[in-house]
Amino acid sequence: MSGGVSFWRSAGLSLLILALFLGAWEIAVMPISGGGGAALDPEYAALLGQAAAQGGTTPMPGPSAIGVRLFELLSDPFYVRGPNDQGIGVQVAYSLLRVGAGFGLAAMVAIPLGFVIGMSPLLNAALNPFIQVLRPVSPLAWMPLALYSIKDSAISAVFVIFICSIWPMLLNTAFGVATVRREWLNVARTLEAGRWRTAIRVILPAAAPTIVTGMRISIGIAWLVIVAAEMLVGGTGIGYWVWNQWNNLSIADIVIAILMIGLVGLALDRLLGLGARAVAWRE
Amino acid sequence: MAFHPRPPSRGAALCPCGGSHASGFVCDAAPTDGTGAFGEVAQEAVLRAAFPKAATRRALIKAVGAGTLFAALDSVFPLARAREAMAQGGGAPEKRDLKVGFIPITCATPIIMADPMGFYRRNGLNVEVIRTAGWAVIRDKSIAREYDASHMLCPMPVAMSLGIGVAQPVPWSVAAIENTNGQAITLANKHKEKREPKDWRGFRFAVPFDFSIHNYLLRAYVAEAGLDPDRDIQIRAVPPPEMVANLRADNIDGFLGPDPFNQRAVFDGVGFIHVLTKEFWDGHPCCAFAVPRGMMTEMPNTFAALMRAIVEATGYASKAENRREVAQAIAGQNYLNQPQTVVEQVLTGTFADGLGRVQRVPDRVNFDPFPWHSMAVWILTQMKRWGQIRGDVDYAAVAQQVFLATEAGRAMRELGMTVPASASRTHRIFGRDFDPAQPEAYLNSFAIRRS
Repeated sequence: MSGGVSFWRSAGLSLLILALFLGAWEIAVMPISGGGGAALDPEYAALLGQAAAQGGTTPMPGPSAIGVRLFELLSDPFYVRGPNDQGIGVQVAYSLLRVGAGFGLAAMVAIPLGFVIGMSPLLNAALNPFIQVLRPVSPLAWMPLALYSIKDSAISAVFVIFICSIWPMLLNTAFGVATVRREWLNVARTLEAGRWRTAIRVILPAAAPTIVTGMRISIGIAWLVIVAAEMLVGGTGIGYWVWNQWNNLSIADIVIAILMIGLVGLALDRLLGLGARAVAWRE
Repeated sequence: MAFHPRPPSRGAALCPCGGSHASGFVCDAAPTDGTGAFGEVAQEAVLRAAFPKAATRRALIKAVGAGTLFAALDSVFPLARAREAMAQGGGAPEKRDLKVGFIPITCATPIIMADPMGFYRRNGLNVEVIRTAGWAVIRDKSIAREYDASHMLCPMPVAMSLGIGVAQPVPWSVAAIENTNGQAITLANKHKEKREPKDWRGFRFAVPFDFSIHNYLLRAYVAEAGLDPDRDIQIRAVPPPEMVANLRADNIDGFLGPDPFNQRAVFDGVGFIHVLTKEFWDGHPCCAFAVPRGMMTEMPNTFAALMRAIVEATGYASKAENRREVAQAIAGQNYLNQPQTVVEQVLTGTFADGLGRVQRVPDRVNFDPFPWHSMAVWILTQMKRWGQIRGDVDYAAVAQQVFLATEAGRAMRELGMTVPASASRTHRIFGRDFDPAQPEAYLNSFAIRRS
């Protein structure tokens, strides 16, 4: 698939790009020393942050500082010290739990509903306007409505994931079901298979790859949404952690959180990628 | 015939103390030695327990007289002690495990410190204090009763009780004032030369919330300088923790916000402290310890224990010699999540102002739990001034309902603090005397107003 490019060569290039990027970053944030700032009263300077005491603003941390902090966080990722101070591993687990709940519910609704819509052109046309209007709504726009009507922040977060991740699954399922080859349906009919039997034995396997692709898009969206939802609702989760570290203006922690979010998102996508391979078929 | 339990009093309005009074009765006058309203309630409860049948009870009282009956009962049941225990609110809390929401700012000091320093525990409560992302979220979680009590800006329960900014009126109360003073106007470093508010035309300011003392003080301050806060400057509601990040990104020119974020801006070399709000109104209220109004009747013992914990913590925090210890207790990851020196500078009042000086203002922030009704009246005048409420307002009635001066006073008295004789007084605000008895005249004296 990679067109004859050796793995080692591409990996080497990736590493080189990463090294160049981190090196440039480290150099860019190096403090410009030269004793330029006016001499401050030592008592005054002691009350300021390190950079402000030298007349500047607190700089962006370099990769080395972030690396140190990453090691610190990962050496004890699962501690729980009270409701407001928990390790990064615990936070990621909370987020995964919410995504799991919201995504699971969405799948339970979207796949059967998509099946029905796909099999009935009438329903498809009737529901299409609603789907098209609701689909592009941002999770942040749902949040106040959810909080207001559901009156429970934990359920609201799950609801927002549900409502945002339902659409790709719904549309893909409907599309997959609607585009099953006519010949196969005709064959099923010739063999006098019932509606139910046709749906389970012919349409479902035929549409499965499209459905799983929809699920794969959805889980990506769910993972995007969770960060925004948790930043708004707070309490626990990796999104809340980002918000909390933003309060403290600790950019190193935010960079680490971005890295974690990216890695977990990748893992989720790969997981469904395995699912896709399992249901794939070839003519 | 089944026995129907009946509330121990026959009055129409059941006072939170458990007795019934004529309307207007000042309940905090109820003696705590076991006589008076509390005593009657206790006596009647015992009587009910001894003779559950109403008919028997009535017949007995008729036959031997109430006095004789109580005397007889007293010999088997220590009535005096029961009356006393009840009057002192010493009953076990109806609910021990409570959740209290807070926003990570130094205004919440008493609510937060009461956890690590054991004030809740000592009063028999197991309180979980939960950091929350913003005022709208804390309001919604409070309305949904996810929190039993909350840290709020003191105008919020007023607005919620009046049904402003919420779907329908939600009766919440200011049970105690968390802090007085403790706010400041912080400007971006590039404005070091623009120290006169009349030069601020076109500035973009952040305040924590629409219903906040910050909003009203900032509006009044620029209006004093002749600027119309709705037309000449822009005011945005930004959650306090995000103010410094916005100032740094040049998204706003300044903010009138709570600490530690004013100090944090200085600490990070982003802004300087233009003025402390103490200069506008020394002793102004800022944040509140808010409870749903029903709590007093639904869980009187829990409410009393919670009040004792909060008032005790507030009293402890008000002492200058304790401030360093308090700063250490609340600065950590679990609470404010700020560098300790920043919190310390706020609480001790010895701070870098961002202009190269070390200032020493010991009452930069102060802690006084008493919710003066006159404070609520001023807040109402400002809500009306800026068009948040329209039409006639019964200032005194709203103030009395929302600001629980009686209950806070009782907790203060129990802890040996001096309680003001009246819940209303004249405040000096922006160099003028504010008379809470004349709110309309005060309101009409301003040239810049929306109503």
